[in-house]
Amino acid sequence: MLAFQTYRTFKDKSLSVLVAFGGNFVIVAILLIFFYLFYVVAPMFESAEVDSAITYALPGEGSTQLLALEEQNEVGVRFTDTAQAVFFHVDGGGIIETVTLPVPENTAVSAFHAASPNSTVAGYALENGKLLLAQHKYRVTFPNDKRLITPYIDYPLGKHALEIDPEKKAIKQFVFQLGEEAHSFVAQTADDRFILTRFSLEGSALDEDEAELVASTVELPSAGIAVDFMLMDIEQRVLYMVSRDGEMVQYDISDHESVAIQQRRHIVKGDRKVLNISWLTGTISLLVVDSQGTISQWFPVRDEGNNQIPTLIREFNSDVGKVTDIAVEYHRKGFATVTDQGSLGIYHTTANQQVLDFKATEQSIERVIFSPRANAILLESVDEQIHFWKVHNEYPEVSWSSLWGKVWYESYDEPEYIWQSSSASNDFEPKLSLVPISFGTIKAAFYAMIVAVPLAVLGAMFTAYFMAPRMRRVVKPSIEIMEALPTVILGFLAGLWLAPLIEANLPGIFSLLLVMPVAVLIAAWSWTHLPDRIRHRVPEGWEALLLIPLIVIVLFGSIELSPLLEAQFFGGDMRRWLTNDIGISFDQRNSIVVGLAMGFAVIPTIFSIAEDAIFSVPKTLTHGSLALGATPWQTMWRVVLLTASPGIFSAIMIGFGRAVGETMIVLMATGNTPIMDFNIFEGMRTLSANIAVEVPESEVGSTHYRVLFLAALVLFSFTFFFNTIAELVRQRLRRKYSSL
Amino acid sequence: MAKVTINQWVKGGSPWVWLSAAAVSASLIMVVGLLFLIAVRGLGFFWPADVLEVRYKQSATETITLVGEVQGTETVSAERVISAGGTVPEGAESVQRILLKVGNRDITGLDFRWVEHHNIVEETRPENMVVLERREWGNFYGYLQVVKVNGETVAEGDKAWPAFQERLNVAANLFENINDIQKGEIGAINYQIEELRLAQRRLELDGVTDAAPYKEIEQQREVLNKDYQKLQKKLDVLYREIAQDSAVLSVADGRRLEIPMSKIVRAFKPNSMGVMTKSGHYLEKLWEFVSDEPREANTEGGIFPAIFGTVMMVIIMSILVTPLGVVAAVYLREYAKQGPLTRLIRIAVNNLAGVPSVVYGVFGLGFFVYFLGGNIDQLFYPEALPAPTYGTPGLMWSSLTLALLTLPVVIVATEEGLARIPRAMREGSMALGATKAETLWRIVLPMASPALMTGMILAVARAAGEVAPLMLVGVVKLAPSLPLDMNSPFIHLDRKFMHLGFHIYDVGFQSPNVEAARPLVYATALLLVVVIVALNLAAIWIRNHLREKYKSLD
Repeated sequence: MLAFQTYRTFKDKSLSVLVAFGGNFVIVAILLIFFYLFYVVAPMFESAEVDSAITYALPGEGSTQLLALEEQNEVGVRFTDTAQAVFFHVDGGGIIETVTLPVPENTAVSAFHAASPNSTVAGYALENGKLLLAQHKYRVTFPNDKRLITPYIDYPLGKHALEIDPEKKAIKQFVFQLGEEAHSFVAQTADDRFILTRFSLEGSALDEDEAELVASTVELPSAGIAVDFMLMDIEQRVLYMVSRDGEMVQYDISDHESVAIQQRRHIVKGDRKVLNISWLTGTISLLVVDSQGTISQWFPVRDEGNNQIPTLIREFNSDVGKVTDIAVEYHRKGFATVTDQGSLGIYHTTANQQVLDFKATEQSIERVIFSPRANAILLESVDEQIHFWKVHNEYPEVSWSSLWGKVWYESYDEPEYIWQSSSASNDFEPKLSLVPISFGTIKAAFYAMIVAVPLAVLGAMFTAYFMAPRMRRVVKPSIEIMEALPTVILGFLAGLWLAPLIEANLPGIFSLLLVMPVAVLIAAWSWTHLPDRIRHRVPEGWEALLLIPLIVIVLFGSIELSPLLEAQFFGGDMRRWLTNDIGISFDQRNSIVVGLAMGFAVIPTIFSIAEDAIFSVPKTLTHGSLALGATPWQTMWRVVLLTASPGIFSAIMIGFGRAVGETMIVLMATGNTPIMDFNIFEGMRTLSANIAVEVPESEVGSTHYRVLFLAALVLFSFTFFFNTIAELVRQRLRRKYSSL
Repeated sequence: MAKVTINQWVKGGSPWVWLSAAAVSASLIMVVGLLFLIAVRGLGFFWPADVLEVRYKQSATETITLVGEVQGTETVSAERVISAGGTVPEGAESVQRILLKVGNRDITGLDFRWVEHHNIVEETRPENMVVLERREWGNFYGYLQVVKVNGETVAEGDKAWPAFQERLNVAANLFENINDIQKGEIGAINYQIEELRLAQRRLELDGVTDAAPYKEIEQQREVLNKDYQKLQKKLDVLYREIAQDSAVLSVADGRRLEIPMSKIVRAFKPNSMGVMTKSGHYLEKLWEFVSDEPREANTEGGIFPAIFGTVMMVIIMSILVTPLGVVAAVYLREYAKQGPLTRLIRIAVNNLAGVPSVVYGVFGLGFFVYFLGGNIDQLFYPEALPAPTYGTPGLMWSSLTLALLTLPVVIVATEEGLARIPRAMREGSMALGATKAETLWRIVLPMASPALMTGMILAVARAAGEVAPLMLVGVVKLAPSLPLDMNSPFIHLDRKFMHLGFHIYDVGFQSPNVEAARPLVYATALLLVVVIVALNLAAIWIRNHLREKYKSLD
């Protein structure tokens, strides 16, 4: 007996533990959603970090002309002024191989240049007007399942030096870009001519061995400045010459038969000097470093006359010391600067932020380069030391301003809000503004509310207060059933049935707005004038049933008359009339369709809660009002509605929350273009649809992935906020009623 | 009673009452109209429509013969017709045009064609018009000419149709045989071979150097390979047999086309069918729709895998969500101390029901699929890596995500049920000496069970219609195999699956031939709506019943 009692107590205790555990587990699981979203989003807003520095003496001899790393950060290379390529182990500086480039004997190297920021090609100009190109390459093999990286030097245009200057003068400085169809070289010769030599690949385009390089050289018109820097874009169309004083001359070299000076600009403030100038990856933007430590970004912007004018976009400031070198990332729009005080700064242009400011060494740093994946940095300091730093900077493109502010993107005429997360090109500038999709969300919800609020609230008023109880018992569940309809079905009907229908009957749809209320009122007025015999057949509270045939007839009538209206007022085609005569662009899947479909989806939500609120207004209040001689409507308007207004407010909030989060309807009933336009005849892209479309394609852990999680978090917080307000209001209301 | 003046009428507020009545009517019309629209379009899809043959004046000089089913008519303004390149009779402001499903996509390139009504010269319904449903290229409309076996004519003219049907039956049986072997037996062998490969890889990863287990695997593999060879031979024979039969048909413009029997699913002559035959055909099509696999990129055939996937997902979800939801509700109502904290939790739970479903999808993808799934793969399925087992969207994660999504529904409904149970019942039980656990188990839960049922039904209804989160955590447009089959462990929670709701989205918006697929989408939508409305009605019925029951207790 005792044993049984113990067993019972044990059972009782263990169940309470189990239930408490289970209950808490569920609650924790719910919290988990919020924290997990936060956990994914948070890394984006951390600043960059560097760690595990290795410092060693400069491997090899001579002074460095080009320093570079390969993808895996295992092998580094130095091209020296003695025409040697020194490959070394990044983690220690041990020399792997030193390749002496085939510079002809007795010929001195006169200048050096490395092509576009992320090309691996280095060029040595010789005193005889010739030029040798060498490219560092890496072969990756897996002997015994271990990665082995073997560096080697390739000669993209052959081992023999190419003749750039037909007059065989020494080259003082030069720039070049290699392309698929042509290679261009611009050089300043010893006698201060500026020449453009272009090698076109002619012959069989398919077979590279068959192709032949055909050279042609032209002399460039004089810039009229002391040329200290030259830059050519990858497309081989634009050439900039810049003097230390900040004078910039822009050449159009796209057609080398007719090279011309296009623009002149002064690119530094006051009497500051240009210390350094570099392309940003993609060779659209220029980064100009001036003597005050300001780094300014410039790119061509179209003016009214359709001219591409180099324009100052944004500036960054490096406060610590004099900027000695600048390096750009290979694939992102980021760059790094080093100063004579030994500090390293990493920036991102689109995000308009400095992600790292760090004192790397006590010495002055001469040179900085990024690894191809931008996850490491090599510094060369003035005391001939190499510093290797690992960089953790996965999300530089995200900042408050790039997510929520207007951003001036490359090749755009002005700062704009744009969402465009991916593109085919490699050095694409991601446009991650959440503004257009948030705007689209609000727009969709707004049009849905315009449809839903009047219908649902008026309907709730009638159902709760005027409708006969027998009818209410049928009507309420029928409308509530709507809530359960899968939105994918509403979206499908909206996109494939409603959208074409509305497009074909635009005038009819608009006339409905006017005709329907008028028809209802006329019918109601005539009803009061019908003989009592007929009127008394329908008891009070059944008006809604009477109106159904009328509404159906008006609906079909408007649609039938639509072509007539169209022919009468809109020249037979309202859509064309809108686009051509009014200048409003028209999409078939537009806000009207979304408003109707999503309105349909939120009507039951609002209706149900509002109806409950109105219905539970204490009867004593209404009876009192009626007893004092108010008509039913006056009672409704002045007493019931006022009392129930918090409930109706919370109903609208919850409906709004639902419209904001709805995915399938907007996905199917709009064109999903992220535009910033309130035009009712155009679509939108919402946060939720954007998530549904893009998450499956985004790479796990990438910035894009995390920004989409941020969008989900925004959506989550937004609806949670509105729902909480609604819930609190509702609870207060309930307490108020119970006290009445 | 004196007549009211319009002034009094307006002042008394009657117009507003009528307008609010109109709002209710409009909402009702929307609900009923929507259900009606889906029902008509969805059910009409299976009815074998008559096939028209029309002489059509394509231009002033050219008259062609068109054959097809009427899909719809519409009235358009004359301007639109002219801008689309059509002709309009003198003085007409609008014209009627008919959408013909002309089929024969392999010949005409188009499935559908608009024809203007006034340009139709002549319209007939030939009795011997044959409609073929094909495995490729959609429907075929034409006249049967010759039935061939091995390239030799076996029947022509009047005898062709009976012979054709007979041969078609044979071919259909053969096709089914082939399908059985390919999907069933060869599928099983492939599955086992893959299992062996994984077993071997596992041994290698565990560093087993002993040769015996490897040898055993090799032997098993050889046996399987031999079986496979045998089946392949059997298949070859069947293929040869099925390739023998073909039929020659002519199309409207007289061209002839030879169609192998293996490519034909069904053949019928709608114009010579009576109402009874048509009804039989209708039921047959309806059955095919719910029991067969999709054809032609989901635009034809059945939706069985989608139904199956939806049901599986919902069942697993219910198994997960019911205990969790009930425990949470019991904790909140019976065990936790009522105070600000429980109120806060209630608000949170309530709000969670309003969180957009796509957010759950994102969470499911990030947390379940990539985090949990990724770790499960590392721990338990290293042999399959880098191919993910659970680290990819699948049935399990979909069910779990939807369980989380529907958790608030179950909690709220169950709590409501618990709250309705009169205190006296609990106190009576305790007074008789029962422990809290016994009271809960014997008195409270049984009494709350209808509420619990309601919650579960609502959860199922919600889950069955939800698409957005599933797009991220597990549904695909075409799953190669069902998540339940004869290969152990029988239930494959890691597999991707098809879903009715996603099917609607995918076929309606992503398929290359939306126009042709539309009727099928309506039918699918109808099925989904029927299931969900039925579930909701059941929930409402149970709830009302429950209320009645407790009214008598109070």
